[in-house]
Amino acid sequence: MRRIRSSVGAAALLSLGACNRHQSALSVFGEEAATVRHLTIVMLIGAVIIAAGVAGLMIAAVRAPEGRLTLSGGMRMVGWLGGVLPVVVLLALLLYSLPSMRPLPVGANDLRIAVQGEQFWWRVRYQPPGSPPLLTANEIRIPVGRTVQFDLTAGDVIHSFWIPGLAGKMDMIPGRTNRLVVRATKVGVFRGVCTEFCGLSHALMAFDVVAMEPAAFDAWLANERRPAAPAAGTAPGAQAFAANGCAGCHAIAGTPAAGLIGPDLTHIGSRASLGAGTTRMTREALVRFIKDAPSVKPGARMPAYPQLSREDAQAIAAYLESLK
Amino acid sequence: MSLHAQDDPALRAAQEERLRAVWKAPQGIFLRWTDCNNNRVGAWYTLTAFGFMLFAGVLALIMRTQLAVPDNDLVSANSFNQLFTLHGSMMMFLFAVPMFEAVSIILLPQLLGARDLPFPRLSAFGYWSFLIGGIFVGGSIFFNAAPDGGWFMYPPLTTRTDLSGLGADIWMLGLSFIEVSSVAAAVELIVGVLKCRPPGMRLNLMPLYAWYILVVAVMILFAFPPLIAGDILFEMERLLNWPFFDVTRGGDPLLWQHLFWIFGHPEVYIVFLPSIALFAMMIPTFAQRHLLGYPWIVLAAVGTAFLSFGLWVHHMFATGLPKISLAFFSAASEAVAIPTGIQIFAFIATLWAGKVKWSTPLLYASGSLAIFVIGGLTGVMVAIAPFDWQAHDTYFVVAHLHYVLIGGTLLPLFGGLYYYWPLITGKKLSDKLGRTAFWMLFVGANLTFFPMHFSGLYGMPRRVFTYPSELGIDYLNLASTMGAYLFALGTLVVCIDLARSPWRPKAVRNPWHAGTLEWLAHPDDEDWGIRSVPLIESRYPIWDQKDFVKKVDEGRFFLPDAEEGRRETIVTTVLDARPLYVVRLGTPSWVPMLTAIALGSVFILTTYHLYWWSLAGAVATLGFVLYWLWTGTAEIPEKPSKPIGHGIELPLYVSGSAAPGWWAMFITMMADATAFSGLVFGYYFFWTVHPEFPPSGPGMDGPGTFWPMVSLGVALLSWGATVGARGTNRRGGVGVARALLVVGIVASLAGIWTGLQGPLTTGLDPELHSYPAIVWTLVIWTTAHAGVGAIMQAYALARSIAGRMTPTHDADIRNITVYQHFMALTAIVTYATIGLFPGVA
Repeated sequence: MRRIRSSVGAAALLSLGACNRHQSALSVFGEEAATVRHLTIVMLIGAVIIAAGVAGLMIAAVRAPEGRLTLSGGMRMVGWLGGVLPVVVLLALLLYSLPSMRPLPVGANDLRIAVQGEQFWWRVRYQPPGSPPLLTANEIRIPVGRTVQFDLTAGDVIHSFWIPGLAGKMDMIPGRTNRLVVRATKVGVFRGVCTEFCGLSHALMAFDVVAMEPAAFDAWLANERRPAAPAAGTAPGAQAFAANGCAGCHAIAGTPAAGLIGPDLTHIGSRASLGAGTTRMTREALVRFIKDAPSVKPGARMPAYPQLSREDAQAIAAYLESLK
Repeated sequence: MSLHAQDDPALRAAQEERLRAVWKAPQGIFLRWTDCNNNRVGAWYTLTAFGFMLFAGVLALIMRTQLAVPDNDLVSANSFNQLFTLHGSMMMFLFAVPMFEAVSIILLPQLLGARDLPFPRLSAFGYWSFLIGGIFVGGSIFFNAAPDGGWFMYPPLTTRTDLSGLGADIWMLGLSFIEVSSVAAAVELIVGVLKCRPPGMRLNLMPLYAWYILVVAVMILFAFPPLIAGDILFEMERLLNWPFFDVTRGGDPLLWQHLFWIFGHPEVYIVFLPSIALFAMMIPTFAQRHLLGYPWIVLAAVGTAFLSFGLWVHHMFATGLPKISLAFFSAASEAVAIPTGIQIFAFIATLWAGKVKWSTPLLYASGSLAIFVIGGLTGVMVAIAPFDWQAHDTYFVVAHLHYVLIGGTLLPLFGGLYYYWPLITGKKLSDKLGRTAFWMLFVGANLTFFPMHFSGLYGMPRRVFTYPSELGIDYLNLASTMGAYLFALGTLVVCIDLARSPWRPKAVRNPWHAGTLEWLAHPDDEDWGIRSVPLIESRYPIWDQKDFVKKVDEGRFFLPDAEEGRRETIVTTVLDARPLYVVRLGTPSWVPMLTAIALGSVFILTTYHLYWWSLAGAVATLGFVLYWLWTGTAEIPEKPSKPIGHGIELPLYVSGSAAPGWWAMFITMMADATAFSGLVFGYYFFWTVHPEFPPSGPGMDGPGTFWPMVSLGVALLSWGATVGARGTNRRGGVGVARALLVVGIVASLAGIWTGLQGPLTTGLDPELHSYPAIVWTLVIWTTAHAGVGAIMQAYALARSIAGRMTPTHDADIRNITVYQHFMALTAIVTYATIGLFPGVA
């Protein structure tokens, strides 16, 4: 193992190129992804050696004078290089790699997060042991060092849940619940993405992943449970939100808005991105999304509101930004 | 006819004149399209598949242009999704598989020293179906109606009519039509390899290309039908709202994934093995020696075919299947690398042992092997489940599959083009342009696809119309786009070379000094295929058999004449190629094209929900098929036998397993039975995913035991009557045989009625749940087959009455008996499943 670990240096180039890339399978922050990165590097080195070997043999074969290889010599070569060597190498690879399929053990006291894929966003429900569930959307926060189990489902079509730096992907299939158990090892902000083609805006279906120190995570979770908006929405944005029927689809805890069709907006102001990772969370982006979501995200179920005045859109955006 | 007779040049000239007249191609702007000679049909087929490849390549270029820079808006998400769906679907269904069949239609008769394939009109029918279906599917993009669900068309995205449109129907029905034509070509090729070899060419002397054709065509036979079964369920859900994939009504989207990948994985080898076959022909030529390890290569090809049917789950590693099955499929996927390794090393060893003559085709072969090896190695990587969980559905897999397909299909085909062009056109292509193109293609392919390994690992999913700059993959994508343009330029150079070829000088005969039979072809080729059908004693007869070319050319082997003015070729036994009979082949006709148009209209009109019109198309198809069979098959010859030379007298009529027609029926029914097992798999799959199956409740209790058992009895009666009719007819009891056929017809028609009674009387509602839907599907499949069985029985009866079927000329009834065997099996499985299984479960 140690020896192989040193070979990581040879392939450091790969990971180096991947630094600051928050959606890379090579810049890892989870145990599963670390195992697979290791496996990747070992296999890449092996593949380069074999490819070079075969290429070298081909060049030698073309250049060799006639009769250099006898019939029986040729058959021995086919048998050893084409038969025996692959059997040995592949058997070794299977024995080396398949144990890493074993999932992390998960206990009754571990945090469970149910994620449901929707066209084209993520419905997230935290289920900490012993506390009531908490609904949010399009951002996932996990505590470093603790085992977390994702329960993955789909609301409409098949999606796939992939946080490259954390673990391999797992499909979200209507009618099924797939489990993915992970443990983060490093604090940071990363990205996850949908990897099963799911329709028009499949390319625009991502989410932010924040790995936090356990204490910070617990504090964050407690804060999430607190409504971010005053129940009597007196802000002009809150009134416009209500007047334009936004509550038909969206929920903001602590207010009358309780729609479940679209993403929960209770703490939307604290999220780094808008529209399931489509754009940065800015006032301008919010205004544009509110007025014409389908132009930002083709096929989104949220309709355009051409009749909405720019002032109202600005007010709603400001209101949403304040929900931290 | 003795050797001596062929010494007379005047006789030879007279024979040649007769052969030329018999094999003369139809002339004229319109009539020429009635041709069914394998040379011309094969050439149309190849050109059409090549055209679809260029079209699908242009689609890819548009995609690469869109992805050249992040956040690009050159094409919309909607267009992009159509582009990649059509690119993949066309490359697979309209290029890779048909191209193999097209090339084989040209080459196979020449490789086997046959005058043509056993069913020339079937080849023509396959071609016209392919053309119509291909234009229908490919052309849809000009109407913004192309399928946009990915080439794998996963439900529920593609089955929910609120989420997908006409494109999904175009994909399903258009490509089903093409699948039918692919299966038709597979039947033709299998029978060709098994029955049309020249005398003496035992299985172990067969050119390796023929072995690969056999293996690949058998794979098509077992791989395409599960997809056809899936297509049926898919369209039942889209058109009739039967919930096979809808979880709210007991369906399961994973059923489609299983059926699709049971097809989809063998498909990879279906498009890869033919290229290995081209290597197996080119490498001995350029090493100027026999290929090393012939039996090993054959075993490796067969082994690859077997293994490829046990790997499909590796496309579903991320669907949450039990880990133990993933481990099994990981290991099985790795195992397929072993036969592949054996084949590649056999080629390397042959080059090593021989005296290599460097040439453009060999350059392509070496370059594509190098690319393929990289694709194979990344294949070994993605077969490891934990790695696949990261790489699956990312650009890593895009890189992997394009290395495999460019190294394992496209470049070998270009190499084959440079190798076989003199054989087909009598002209050599330009070495200079060929090599220039090769390096552009080689560098272009690597520049396009090598960076994709990294864009995938850096987190770029497949099938995205754009990507954000923050992923850090901008330069990788720009490199890929530049590579794609270079690759396209390389393809353009190849096209220019092809376009210039008519103005190039004639090549010499057998310009590469090859040893295999197809190189008998003369630059001034005649349509008769081969002057006389040779006796084969070696795998490389041109090298090994004394005066071989001269003897063939002077008509000193078999069948050097066409005395009766008929197109003929020799049929031999399956294992050791002893001459069996002289088959009279189909001649140019409008019927294949008209049948293809009629059948195509059934699929196309159904797409637009014009059901009455598509029914009319079905009736027209039936009419054309019956006319075709009545006028063109099982003809009673004017004399019982004819001499083929060297004192051998062969019959002009055989029936049963000696006849190609019997084999075609048998092989077609194997495919039919495979599609049926796909549907039965669906039934038992639903049983495994539901805790309570069959479900109970109104509309779901059924179909009971009584009517299924009655239907089974009636089906067996129909089967027994047909078998009895065959026997009594053979013994001369024509009247009794006709009476038994009438019993059979009545029983078949009664079987339709009794079959439908089960679900009808118990009120099974197919829109309610997957259980009644799959029961109805099995019943409809079985009763529809009973209907076809009745038509066949009526056909045999009519042939008997018309004097076209007699006790000694009984091919018709023997062939429909094969159908009835399969029909009985289908009835047993269907009615036991729907009638008895609910009681057991």
